[in-house]
Amino acid sequence: MPYRHVVGPQTYLFADLRELMAKATPLRSGDMLAGVAAASAEENVAARMCLAEVPLATFLSEALVPYETDEVTRLIIDTHDASAFRPISHMNVGDFRDFLLSGVATGEVLAALAPGVTPEMAAAVSKLMRNQDLIAVARKCRVVTKFRNTIGLPGTMAVRLQPNHPTDDPAGVTASILDGLLYGCGDAVIGINPASDSLPVLSELLRLIDGIIQRFDIPTQACVLTHVTTSTEVINRGVPVDLVFQSIAGTQAANASFGIDLAVLREGREAALSLKRGTLGDNVMYFETGQGSALSANAHHGVDQQTLEARAYAVARPFKPLLVNTVVGFIGPEYLYDGKQIIRAGLEDHFCGKLMGVPLGCDVCYTNHAEADQDDMDTLMTLLGAAGVTYIMGIPGSDDVMLNYQSTSFHDQLYLREVLGLKRAPEFEAWLQAMGITGPDGRLKTQRGNHPLLVAARELAA
Amino acid sequence: MSKPESEEQPAKEAGVPADPVIEGGEYRIEDSWSRLAGITPARIALGRVGTGLPTREVLRFALAHAQARDAVHAPFDSARMAGEIAALGFETLELASAAPARDAYLRRPDLGRRLSDASRAVLRAGAFPPRDLAIVVADGLSSTAIHAQAVPFLAAFKGRIAEAGWRVAPVAIASQARVALGDEVGEALRAEAVVVLIGERPGLSSPDSLGLYLTFAPRAGRTDAERNCISNVRGEGLSHDQAAFKLAWLLGQALARRLTGVSLKDESDLLLVNGQPPAPRLG
Repeated sequence: MPYRHVVGPQTYLFADLRELMAKATPLRSGDMLAGVAAASAEENVAARMCLAEVPLATFLSEALVPYETDEVTRLIIDTHDASAFRPISHMNVGDFRDFLLSGVATGEVLAALAPGVTPEMAAAVSKLMRNQDLIAVARKCRVVTKFRNTIGLPGTMAVRLQPNHPTDDPAGVTASILDGLLYGCGDAVIGINPASDSLPVLSELLRLIDGIIQRFDIPTQACVLTHVTTSTEVINRGVPVDLVFQSIAGTQAANASFGIDLAVLREGREAALSLKRGTLGDNVMYFETGQGSALSANAHHGVDQQTLEARAYAVARPFKPLLVNTVVGFIGPEYLYDGKQIIRAGLEDHFCGKLMGVPLGCDVCYTNHAEADQDDMDTLMTLLGAAGVTYIMGIPGSDDVMLNYQSTSFHDQLYLREVLGLKRAPEFEAWLQAMGITGPDGRLKTQRGNHPLLVAARELAA
Repeated sequence: MSKPESEEQPAKEAGVPADPVIEGGEYRIEDSWSRLAGITPARIALGRVGTGLPTREVLRFALAHAQARDAVHAPFDSARMAGEIAALGFETLELASAAPARDAYLRRPDLGRRLSDASRAVLRAGAFPPRDLAIVVADGLSSTAIHAQAVPFLAAFKGRIAEAGWRVAPVAIASQARVALGDEVGEALRAEAVVVLIGERPGLSSPDSLGLYLTFAPRAGRTDAERNCISNVRGEGLSHDQAAFKLAWLLGQALARRLTGVSLKDESDLLLVNGQPPAPRLG
């Protein structure tokens, strides 16, 4: 169905909902690359005005990616919770924004609504929202998940300790883990991106991280971020696996380029659940996403990258993940050109995920060919901290020496806790205090060389 | 002015509190595990000031980022590269992608994968005899890397070419180029395989890393799954000799088995002697 909006003498026509959504999206390089962006600033706003008047129910009848050929669309439509949707079923997109910002939309109301919100609805309303709206509404949404600790409680922010090493050297990885723990990081997960895809190396890394967790009785979980089928394979070989990881995207074809479909994800989850390693809960999946992944796989169906990103959260949702994060600036300037675009995308992704009931964290990051720097990351992480982000990354000195990009550091999370008063997952916070790493106020204590972690380091990193 | 100051000094000693920053003791905390920093290139044990990084670390990071940024944006000196590569005894050819400038190159990866009209015309005009290998020297995302690594790598690889007796097309030096540009170039040069030497996306700790991408039967539309990659060729990574040995091994396999990509696994490590490649056998 075509859409139309008149601005003075100019009539803007949009062939279908897909085109309307794309042209209503705040400008970014990836949509320009795909040839779906608005041609002028006025067309962009005309599209937003037109989108504001589209009934939310339209998104249930007009699919942006064909139902017949895309299992993600089928998942979204077939599992939509009509009773959860009912309170907003009469609203258009503009009304929905007003409702979300109002005092009527409390945390409880939003949590009950989440199963009725499709990714296209979340994406649509985000396109009408300023950055402060994205922060204000996301802050009201709470998504709590558990494995060996409790992630997502109000007033908390967790950190993934990311001890990557260019050759997966066990001593080098151990050194980064100890550094991170002594900086109070690691409650989301101790999760490494391996350089290798060989099963013996992956198994060794899993045993290494698990060994540290067991030895010091750390209330956290381990993850080696490798393909879901590889994790399933190492589980079958008896290797300790806490969380099963997978990169996911918002279309069936993009997921196929990752070598997965929904059935493969189900198998991975069942394998992890079978180990029963969680002590507090059974959220066993860890997913990563990022705007632009569908286009880079030539699997975007003419849909804008932000809407496709929200669809990735719909892929994640039924698997009850412990953690989901957008890797917002990783993919490069052809998708998000500069600091402004990365900041906007990070806030959109976090908002859409939370509104849909997904525990969204963010890899606040950039590459060296993007027009961005540490100042932009400081801005985005501070805004996300205010928005109640579930977790961020902790990487030594912000410099990932394996993946060659810059993310947030062990120091950065200390800064956010200090400035915004954010606590860690309570079980992990208690462990840090018991270990003498932090004081009762959660601040780091100065360590001497005789700390048990450092004493152990002599053998662990030998 | 000097008199009142000297009068204040004794007052301080008589019980007026000193500057609280100084009085509070150490304000810069060094991490007691700095010895661990020697076993990983990761930036650990940086110390802290409150929750922040000490000045020295902020500046060290800023310098590394500046070098990586410069590696992306430094102009590619195609003519200098052509001269140095010709001096090694290779014929050369200068080409450009369809990306007119760096900004367009970064925003439009598709342009970097296609030849400019002028370069395509140059290749069409040449009558190139069939060859075993085409070599493309491409700036990619780091001119710094290609300036630093391409010539010493080719000097090392020249011995491997001679050893195997491969016939090599003129070395194409391509500006604003991405890996897939090699497909069109290799096809036009009638080569069985193409290797693209390209500046890799610069990391903070590695602004000058070279990547090698080998593709059998190059033609437009090849996917990355049909290539073999040798990464991290630089002083602190894979040496030029090691990379040349690996590439020669892969090329030998590719020409014999008529393929590259996921079904060709790099097993050249099995032939290393004490971790080092055997010297080329010539003559």
